[in-house]
Amino acid sequence: MFEPVLLKNVNVPEGHLLSSYEAGGGYRALGKALRENTPDEIIELIKRSNLRGRGGAGFPTGMKWSFVPKRADKPKYLCCNADEGEPGTFKDRIIMERDPHQLIEGMAISAYAIGAEVAYVYVRGEYVLAIRRLEQAIEEAKAKGYLGARILGSDFNFVVHVHCGAGAYICGEETAMLDSLEGKRAQPRLKPPFPAVAGLYASPTVINNVETLVCVPHIVARGADWFRGIGPEKSPGPKLYCVSGQVRKPGLYELPMGIPLRELVEDHAGGPLPERKIKAVIPGGVSAPVIPEQGLDVGMDFDSLAAAGTMLGSAGVIVVDDTTCMVKVATRIIEFFHHESCGKCTPCREGLNWVVKVLRRIEAGEGEAGDMEQLDMLCKGIFGNTFCALGDGAAMGLRAALAHFREEFVAHIEERRCPFH
Amino acid sequence: MTMREKIEQAAGRYPDQRSAIMPALLIAQREHGHLPGAVLEEVAEILGVERIWVYELATFYTLFHTEPVGKFHLQLCDNVSCMLRRSEDLLTHLEEVLGIKKGGTTPDGLFTLSTVECLGACEMAPVMQVGDDYHGTLDIERIDALIARLRATVPDTTGADLAAAEPPGG
Repeated sequence: MFEPVLLKNVNVPEGHLLSSYEAGGGYRALGKALRENTPDEIIELIKRSNLRGRGGAGFPTGMKWSFVPKRADKPKYLCCNADEGEPGTFKDRIIMERDPHQLIEGMAISAYAIGAEVAYVYVRGEYVLAIRRLEQAIEEAKAKGYLGARILGSDFNFVVHVHCGAGAYICGEETAMLDSLEGKRAQPRLKPPFPAVAGLYASPTVINNVETLVCVPHIVARGADWFRGIGPEKSPGPKLYCVSGQVRKPGLYELPMGIPLRELVEDHAGGPLPERKIKAVIPGGVSAPVIPEQGLDVGMDFDSLAAAGTMLGSAGVIVVDDTTCMVKVATRIIEFFHHESCGKCTPCREGLNWVVKVLRRIEAGEGEAGDMEQLDMLCKGIFGNTFCALGDGAAMGLRAALAHFREEFVAHIEERRCPFH
Repeated sequence: MTMREKIEQAAGRYPDQRSAIMPALLIAQREHGHLPGAVLEEVAEILGVERIWVYELATFYTLFHTEPVGKFHLQLCDNVSCMLRRSEDLLTHLEEVLGIKKGGTTPDGLFTLSTVECLGACEMAPVMQVGDDYHGTLDIERIDALIARLRATVPDTTGADLAAAEPPGG
């Protein structure tokens, strides 16, 4: 029987308070790490656990940490990416609102491992409650000696600051987030240099997602083997799945990595709304290519979804039923990417504008012969031709919609109307 | 604390003053409601940074408003998860009830109506942010009740007061 650990405090009354967190065993992992392990041992432990980043890319966390130079003449920074903006994703908000100390403990252990004394949590500005709860939790943790100088009698000093975003999806891209933290317009940087070598203020920096960081105390407490024993060997651990859209029980579910998408949507989330059928599911936020109903038996982990031509992304699972027009869904997704393009790269900035115009025309029943070919050409022109993955995500998502639901697009053009209206 | 003190305190969290521009703009916007040029220049002066650095952030990030917004800023999410839960019907209803189009502000300055990208609360779609608060699993009835509650928080406006009320930007 799978035991939820990441969400175990989420439904505890007043679970966001330090007293509740301590009552559930909170901050013991930090004490254990500081007493029993060197920073290198923590990095090795996380490497052995096979923890992979939960922000979307799935990069091995321990390896990312090991890229930070051991000796540096500049301070090292830990940044928590809490700029949760991928449509369909809400897991980090719920953790920060209801269990902020879990994140603080995860950050403290991670900072100890990489040798950082300062961390910034970049939280999207809309998350006002999460920001307040985090700030309150930081004050509580300082007062109790879990943050500050010589934490729990060790030589480790560590402070956490909250930095509020201001409504730019691109800040979820880690180098854009660093520019934003430095007080600039958020535009992705060319890599290399990678942040581990030259990140925030050109100092060695590790950027991890909220969910990645909250896995860390549990791995310290229960061991790498426990973590690796959950889900697929190469992509293990407990996982948060955000289910939304046209489904009976939308919500946040903690289940093993790798569970079949069909089981998640039909059993846990209750299946389609009454009298409807599932048509398609977006498995990892709108950047992830859509899966038609017949593909739902795929496992929800990085490798299985990649093999199926899509991605786990942020595990924002959006369910679309048979009453919904896929052209409309695709249009709305590309409108989003067009709006959020930072403007740095021409293929993304101009290409998405063009795609939006063509899609709106098709959805309005004004599509023309050649529009499908034009969309194919535009995807090709955007994909792989930009600094960051925003343009790629848009192109991949549109390609999948065009491939799996081509007949819907063609019907719009041939009938000169939306068949769903 | 004055605005200057709050900004100076926030700036203490960073080794570089430029990093404090975003927090400073959020503080200034809470204080003034929006960010006209004079406020942007004051922020630049408090932090001792280039004015252009402040201007470029105020115009890049969507949460910063260089133009006035209503007392209650209704920000309805119309991204995919909310769209699938019929946020469009709510937008149409709000436009009718308030007598304004998306992007507009009511003449009494009470409500500004906007659609926004995903608010990260799709489990309670359709969702709308008003000020600091999220309102979820919305339908027409709940929207009406919410608008009535918001109206009730402001003192009753008689005809005389209405005539005196200045629309934002007016």
